Amino acid sequence: MPRGDDRPRRPPQGFEGARLTMIEIFQYEFMQSALAAGIIASVLCGVIGIYVILNRIVFIGGGIAHTAFGGIGLGYLLGMDPLIFAVLFSVAAALGIGAISDRSRVSEDTAIGVFWAAGMSLGIVFVSLSRGYAPDLFDYLFGNILAVSWNDVLLISVLTLGMIVLVALLYKDLLILSFDPSYGEAVGLPTRELRLLLLCMVALSVVVLIKIVGIILVIALLTIPGAIGRQHAQSLKRIMAISIFLGASFVLVGLVLSYQLNIPSGATIILTASGTFFASTLLTR
Amino acid sequence: MTGDIVVSIDNLSVDLDGRTVLEEANLEVKEGDFLGLIGPNGGGKTTLLRAILGLVKPRSGGVLVYGMSPEAARTRVGYLPQKSLFDQKFPISALEVVMMGRYGRRGLFGRYSLEDRDAALAALSAVGMRESADREIGALSGGQQQRIFVARAIVSEPDLLLLDEPANGIDSSRQREFYELLSELNEKMTIIMVSHDISAVSTYVKKIACVNRRLFYHSSKELTAEEIEEAYKCPVEMIAHGVPHRVLREHD
Repeated sequence: MPRGDDRPRRPPQGFEGARLTMIEIFQYEFMQSALAAGIIASVLCGVIGIYVILNRIVFIGGGIAHTAFGGIGLGYLLGMDPLIFAVLFSVAAALGIGAISDRSRVSEDTAIGVFWAAGMSLGIVFVSLSRGYAPDLFDYLFGNILAVSWNDVLLISVLTLGMIVLVALLYKDLLILSFDPSYGEAVGLPTRELRLLLLCMVALSVVVLIKIVGIILVIALLTIPGAIGRQHAQSLKRIMAISIFLGASFVLVGLVLSYQLNIPSGATIILTASGTFFASTLLTR
Repeated sequence: MTGDIVVSIDNLSVDLDGRTVLEEANLEVKEGDFLGLIGPNGGGKTTLLRAILGLVKPRSGGVLVYGMSPEAARTRVGYLPQKSLFDQKFPISALEVVMMGRYGRRGLFGRYSLEDRDAALAALSAVGMRESADREIGALSGGQQQRIFVARAIVSEPDLLLLDEPANGIDSSRQREFYELLSELNEKMTIIMVSHDISAVSTYVKKIACVNRRLFYHSSKELTAEEIEEAYKCPVEMIAHGVPHRVLREHD
C-alpha cells in the first residue's frame, strides 16, 4: 500500500464488502469532522472561487498552492506545523506573483511558472534534508479530508468567517475590480492594492483547502463550483449561493463514494466536481 | 456660470515609457463647452483625458480642474473610458454597472445607499435605458452598452464629462441618436470628447482641438483641411474622400 494513502484508516470490522447507509457512515467521528470541514470549505470556495474565475487568476491560484509546498517542506525540516509555513509561503507567492506581473517586464504566466516550480523544489529539498519519515506528505499533495481534526475545523471556520466579512465589506469594490479595473483606477479605486489583497485571500483559502483536497487538486475545488454556478445564474450573489450548495454536495458525494468504493477522498471529490462540470457544460451549451 | 474656466492646461508635457506623448500642450475649457479632441492614434488624446483625471504624472506643466488639482476635482468629473474589452458574460446587471459611478462618493469599504440606487435609475432614464436596469450587461447591444457606460459616467452628477471614443461599437444607424443624447447632456454639463470620427465631431461639438503630441486648439470648430493636416502630419480621411470643403458643417 503506498504511503500516505488517504483511504479511510479505520475500516469498520465486519463490514468488508458491505454497503453502509449514509447515517451509519457518519456515525464515525472522523467522518463527522471531515463532513464539517468540507461543508465549511464549500462556503469559502463559493465566496472566493467566483472572484478567482472572474479575475482570471485560476493559475495564479495554482502557482500559490504549489509554492505552499515549499512551506510544508520547511515545516517538516523544522519539526513544526507545516501549515503555518504553508501560509507564509503562499502569501509570499501571492504578493510576489502580483508584484512581478504588475511592474516588471516578466509576464504574469512566467512569474506563475517560476514560483510554482521553485516552491515545489524547495519543498522536496527541505523534506529530503529533514531525513525524517514524512508519512503524511502525500496528504498535503492530494488531500485527506478524513485526517481533518476538530482543531482544523475550527481553523477553517475562523478563516472562512474572516473571508466572508472581507468580501461583504469590499463587495462593491471587488465588483469594480473584477469587472472593469481601468475604470476603477479612474475613479480612485486602489486597484493595485485591492488586487494584491484578493491574491492574499486566495492564498489563505488555498492553505485551508490543502487539508481537504491537497495542493495539486486545490484549484479544482476552488473554481469548479463557481464555474458551474456561472452557467446557471446571472448575479454574483446567486452564483455564490449555487457554488456553496454545489461544493457541499461534491464533498458529501465524494466522501461517501470514496468510503464505499475504498478510493482516495480528495480525488473522488474532485472527480465528482469535474464530472458535474462536464455534464453541466454539455447541458448549457 | 457660463464662461467660467473648467479645465486649464498649462504647458503640459507628459512622458510615457520614455516617450514624449504630449508636449507643451495648452488648453482652456469653459463652462458649457462641448470640445472635440481629434488626432491620429497614439497622438495623445487619451493621455490628455487621463491627465485631466490626474491619472498620469506630467513631466512638466500642470492641469487645473475647477481651479483644483485633478485628483481633488475628480468627484466633479464623469468619465467614460475607451470601450473596454470586458467579459461579455460577466454576471452583472446594467444597474450594478451604473452604480459603480457612485464609487467616488462612497470610497473604499463604503456601501451604496438608496440614494445611490435612485441616482443610478435616474441616470438610466436619462440615457433611455431605464427599462433595462435589471438586464445583464452582456445581453445588451453595443450601442445600449455604451449608453449604460454613459449613465455610469453621469450618475455622480458631474459638472464635467470626459468621453473617450464614446461612439465606438455603436451601429452607424444609431450614432446620430447617440450624439443627440450627448448634445442634450451638454445642456447641463461641460463635455470633452475624444473621437476619430471627424464628421461626427464637426456636427455636434462646439469647439475642436487636434492632438498630435502637440495640441492645436481652435476656439471655434471651423477647421481648414490644412490645419487638420498640420495636426495629423499626414493627409486625413476627408482629403482622401476628395471633399475638403464639406468636412465641417457649413455656416448658416
